[in-house]
Parts: sequence; C-alpha cells; structure tokens
Amino acid sequence: MSVILRTEKLRVEYKSRELGQMTKVALSGLDLEVSTGEVFGFLGPNGAGKTTTMNVLLGFVPPTGGTASLFGIDVRQPIARQRIGYLPEMTYYYKFLTAEELLRFYAQIFGLPRAEADKRIDETLKLVELESARKRLIKTYSKGMQQRVGLAQALINNPDLLILDEPTSGLDPLGRMKVRDIIQRLKNEGKTVFFSSHELGEVETVCDRVAIISNGDLKAAGPVQQIMGAHPTLEKAFLNIIGYKE
Amino acid sequence: MRNIFAIAKVVLIEMYRRKEFYVLFILTIIICLIMGSINILHEDKIVGYLKELCMLMIWVSSLIIAITTAARQIPAEREQRTLLPLLAKPLSRTQLISGKFLGCWIVCGLTLVCFYAFYGALAASRQHEWPLINYFQAAFLHWMALGVVVALSLLGSLVFAAPSSNSTICFAICAAILCMGRYLDQMAIALHEPLRTVVFVIYFAMPHLEWPFELRTRTTFDWPPVPWMVVILTALYLMAYIGFFLTAACLVFRRKPVN
Repeated sequence: MSVILRTEKLRVEYKSRELGQMTKVALSGLDLEVSTGEVFGFLGPNGAGKTTTMNVLLGFVPPTGGTASLFGIDVRQPIARQRIGYLPEMTYYYKFLTAEELLRFYAQIFGLPRAEADKRIDETLKLVELESARKRLIKTYSKGMQQRVGLAQALINNPDLLILDEPTSGLDPLGRMKVRDIIQRLKNEGKTVFFSSHELGEVETVCDRVAIISNGDLKAAGPVQQIMGAHPTLEKAFLNIIGYKE
Repeated sequence: MRNIFAIAKVVLIEMYRRKEFYVLFILTIIICLIMGSINILHEDKIVGYLKELCMLMIWVSSLIIAITTAARQIPAEREQRTLLPLLAKPLSRTQLISGKFLGCWIVCGLTLVCFYAFYGALAASRQHEWPLINYFQAAFLHWMALGVVVALSLLGSLVFAAPSSNSTICFAICAAILCMGRYLDQMAIALHEPLRTVVFVIYFAMPHLEWPFELRTRTTFDWPPVPWMVVILTALYLMAYIGFFLTAACLVFRRKPVN
C-alpha cells in the first residue's frame, strides 16, 4: 500500500489579533501518513487542530513549517486536489442551483468530459438517494438532503481520497446511518477515507486506523484495536490518551 | 479557461434567478419610458434633454448593478461557506477571481444590451432615427468602463470587511470620477503646492470613466460618431485599469485565509 497523504513536522501558527498576545500554535510538528484503501479516523477534542490539519491539506491555510503532500504533490499546488473529494463540516451550497446543476458545475471544474459528467452525476445522486430531487433548487432541501448533496459533490470526480470533516455532525440517526453506509461502501470499493468525527462509536465501526491529537500534538496513531488496548471502548481509550481524569 | 467559464456561468445563473436585478431593470425602464415620452410645451429641445436624463439613469442603474453584483461575490462565498468546497477542487484563486470578474462583466454587458436597445427604440419612436454607430460606441465604452468598476469592486470586496461599506465606497469613487474627473486638472492648477501635486497625481492615476460617460451627450444629440482610433485607445486604456485592479485582487486574495 502506498502512502497518499503525508504530513511531516507540520506546524501552523496563528498570529493573535490582540496586542501583547503571543502567536497561537495550532499544530506543532504533526507527522501523519495515510495509505491507499484505508479508512482513517482523525480524532481530538474541540480546538485540537483537526480542522486546521484539513485546512492545510486542502490548501486553505499555508503551513508555518514542515510539509504536507497529497499523492506526493505539495498541497499548495491546485493539481494536488485533482483526485480528492472534500466534505466540509458545515455544508452550504449555492442555493440558487439544483443538485444536478451544482454537480455539473463541479464536474466542469474537474474537467470531466460531458458524457462522463452525466454518468457520474447519475451515479452519485443514486448513491446519496437524491435522484428524485435532482431538479429541485438546493434551498428547498432539508439539512440531511443538503449534507447528502455535499457528499455527492465530494464524490463527483470519483476521488481516490475523501476528506470528510465531521460528516455526521448535526444529522438525525437515519441521516448518520446513511452517511456511515456510504463510507462503508466507499471502503469496499477500495477508496481512501480520511475523516474527523466526535462520534467515536462510529469511528470504531468503520475505521481501520485512527490518530488522536490534542493541543496540536499527535498523541497516538495506529490500528483501532491497538489504540483501544485494554479499554472496553474507543471512547474510554480516547479520554485516557488526551489525559481526561474523571 | 475552462474553470473561469464554469465560474462565470454560475454568476450568470445567479443573476438570472435573483429578483433584485429585474426590479432595478423594470424601474429604470419605467422611469425612462415616462421621461422619454413626455414633451412639455411641445418643444423639441426639451425631448433632447429628457433623453440625456434617460441615459444618465441608464448609467446610474448599470453602475448599481455592476457594483452590487461584484461587491458581494467573494463575501457571499465566504459567508455561506461555499468557498471551501470550491477551493478544495483543482481551482486556483486567480481562476476564481477571473471567473467572478468575467461573470459580472457579462452580466453588465447583457444589461447594457437591454438598456441600449430599449433606449434606441424609445428614441426612434420620437425621432425616427437609428444612429447605430453612436449607440454601439457608447454601449461598448460603457461596458469597458463597467469592467473597471467590476474589477474595482472585486478588489474592494477583498479589502473591506463588509460588502455594504465596499459598495458605498465604490459608488462614491465612481460618482466622484464621473462628476469631477474632467475638472480635476483645472482644480489642481488653481491650488497651491503641495496640494496641487497631490491632485495632479490623483488626476493622472485615476481611471477616467468620464470619457465614455461623455458619449451619452453625443448619443443623445445625434452628433457624429467618435473616430474609431479614439474608441480603440480608450478601450485599451480602460483594459489596462481592469488588468491592474484584477492583478491587485488576485494578490490580495492569495494571502487571505479562506476558513
């Protein structure tokens, strides 16, 4: 298995806007590796640096130090994002477009030929169960449907790597189950999924490996069973690793 | 270019589905219709002045459309967080700015086609003339001037935090250039140093949008068309400003965090 996502000594500092304040270190020397075909869970408490890591991987935030690459290409190059799909935590899409128009727009950005774009639009809308609502404006969709449109846009280019930022956040149990099923199906298709989540039960079910970060530091990384060790659940192991005392 | 056209297309769809655009368009047409059709005391010269006022109305409306459309493009993407999934695609920030500019500029072009066609029809109904070359020159340079306004508004949307403050500043700048631009050099001569140099620098540095603005009088009173070389040079002059503002916008946007 080849490594398709790598960070080496990744460091991100934010300058504080308040006078006299030091810079805030969001990530301090993060080393991560994700290989092809893995479902990788990226865990940590709020403010640990999960979203910052994803923002660096997607080129939204430049790293202060270290390197980050996707498929061996520096993340600052737009071409590094040619084979990835991304679902942000809060999904909002152009409300004045229909799901079909939105997917066609993104397919065009990926440079898919017309026939292939049509095929991918049909496939992804079928996968996220939005075929019947494809001609409706997105502003008329429920939250769960909007989340599924988000998943569809992340899959439009048939990506080799999916980056999902808390994909089940704010969804009802049925919506969560559907997203989990989709991740499972992608795993069966051999896709690599890198996702952050606070739903540790879900992570335990679908992930091959996990990494736990806290205060910008990598605390643990490895196969789920190894991280759990003697703890009965991943949640107990997680709380122990981040140093939470009951 | 593929990415730039894709983004421009989304801007066009948005304009087509928004109600504000139609409200402004219909309002302008109604005002022009009323002003262009009345003939107080049956005096022919008055019709000319009313036509000029209609053209002024077209300028004001097109400026509002250009500024409001361009000023909210990037802030709306940030506010609604549509920027994140978009920039997670193989799309550079320069392509995004260029696409937004192209979309807004095409919107302005389509608006002008409608406005000038309406104005031409209105004028022809009174005077039974179609000075097509005059209309083409006026509309073309008007469109180029709106390109400068769109690029300036896009740059402003990256510099100022609120779209409303950006729109107000851009509108004030444009109004100042259109009203005072041609008098600024004369004003400078009457001033003492160092204010004279400051005003002269402003005069030579600012985009002279009042040059195409002056064509409205020529169109209204059916004066002979401007030599084509003047039209081409003015277009090149305005394109240079479009390039300058777009480059500045790309440089500012490249450094801006998007999350």
